[in-house]
Amino acid sequence: MARAAVLGRLIGRLAWRTATVREVVAESEHAVTLVLDVTDWPGHRAGQHVDVRLTADDGYQAERSYSISSAPEADAIAITVERIEDGEVSPYFTDVIRPGDQFELRGPVGGHFTWSVSDGGPILLVGGGSGFAPLMAMLRHRAAQDSDVEVHALVSARTDADALYRDELAALGPAEGLHVAWTFTRGGPPGWTGYTRRVDAAMIAEVGPAPARAPRCFVCGPTPFVEWVTGLLVDAGHDPQHIHAERFGPTGGRA
Amino acid sequence: MPPISRGFHRRREPEPDQSRIPPGQYPTWDFPVLSAGPTPHTPTDGWTLRVDGAIDEVRQWTWDELLALPSETFTVDIHCVTKWTKLDTTWTGVSLDTLLGDVETEAEYVVAWCDGDYTTNVPLEDLLGGRAWIVYDYGGEPLEPEHGGPARLLVPHLYFWKSAKWVRALTLTLDDQPGFWESAGYHDYGDPWREQRYWGD
Repeated sequence: MARAAVLGRLIGRLAWRTATVREVVAESEHAVTLVLDVTDWPGHRAGQHVDVRLTADDGYQAERSYSISSAPEADAIAITVERIEDGEVSPYFTDVIRPGDQFELRGPVGGHFTWSVSDGGPILLVGGGSGFAPLMAMLRHRAAQDSDVEVHALVSARTDADALYRDELAALGPAEGLHVAWTFTRGGPPGWTGYTRRVDAAMIAEVGPAPARAPRCFVCGPTPFVEWVTGLLVDAGHDPQHIHAERFGPTGGRA
Repeated sequence: MPPISRGFHRRREPEPDQSRIPPGQYPTWDFPVLSAGPTPHTPTDGWTLRVDGAIDEVRQWTWDELLALPSETFTVDIHCVTKWTKLDTTWTGVSLDTLLGDVETEAEYVVAWCDGDYTTNVPLEDLLGGRAWIVYDYGGEPLEPEHGGPARLLVPHLYFWKSAKWVRALTLTLDDQPGFWESAGYHDYGDPWREQRYWGD
């Protein structure tokens, strides 16, 4: 246990680095992916996040945290940002920023919500809305490693048009060991025969893997979604110690 | 000089009392939830709070015994390492001065243990002097499980991950033993006013 404290002293402060926007990719009506060139980027593990810091021309600064959606193997890092209407940073990223623009970034941060193919499987990934970003990093990493580790992924989105990475996910599978399911909670596209309901116990059971196989489970999304899904997983018999959660956004509860 | 982000401007009204917002933080009026796993739902029947480790004698309180101790209702600002600050949050609970007041110890640190196996470490002196509580009410209502109920540690002068949810035991230790986040890259002490978010900050 003492190792962590010592490492902390040896590693030194995580430096702020300059990130330059290489590309802005529209993911949906509400979300973009920023592909970033970062000076001396030290590399990351799939699932980690970064802190960003923006500076206005009057010196005003704002910091936020975003999950990395790109694979460690990629030659640039990517973050996926969903627009929060009354937000300060996300509307700038979704509506204003363009290639060549710069801001600061430091990281990677986080060691709990991470996975690499060497950790093995099976694993279950459940993402709600833009919560699929760190899970996408895991799937991209798996693909980059040409791995056949068993992964079950469940993507929950309001509609087909809201689903992030839809085409890329469809292109990843079906592949050996990879099972991807979508649920469109406000109805699927024409001809859709898959799920069109909120994630529930039956869906969790169908998507698998079974609790008896002791999968590590990664759940990311808005707080009410994560509370709900992690509760379903515990009720289904998954070991709480195997369930990793990342929550964001408002609680929907008392302010 | 940091690079200027073209076209980026302040969109939020400045907090009336900006001196209460630590560096890198922004005020929120919601109450976000950050936890590493599922929310435990622990019944208060059979619930106990234990103080052990390098002390003269183990202490333990049942739920009813905790509620019977002198409580305080107080209003503080809380600061999460994920950047949000929430001003004027009102809690009710028992001061750690009350719980630890008669403990004899050489310990200088404390590890908080929680349902869900979360741990966090805090210097003992940071839990004393009216700066830390075991709280069970938030805003005049029982603390909801997703916010740490039935009871959580509250150490508002440190980043909020130190205010361990679902706390069940405090182990006093002679040496500093990094907890869950502290072992995973987060700062050992976590002072928001010195922006001690990560190792090396």
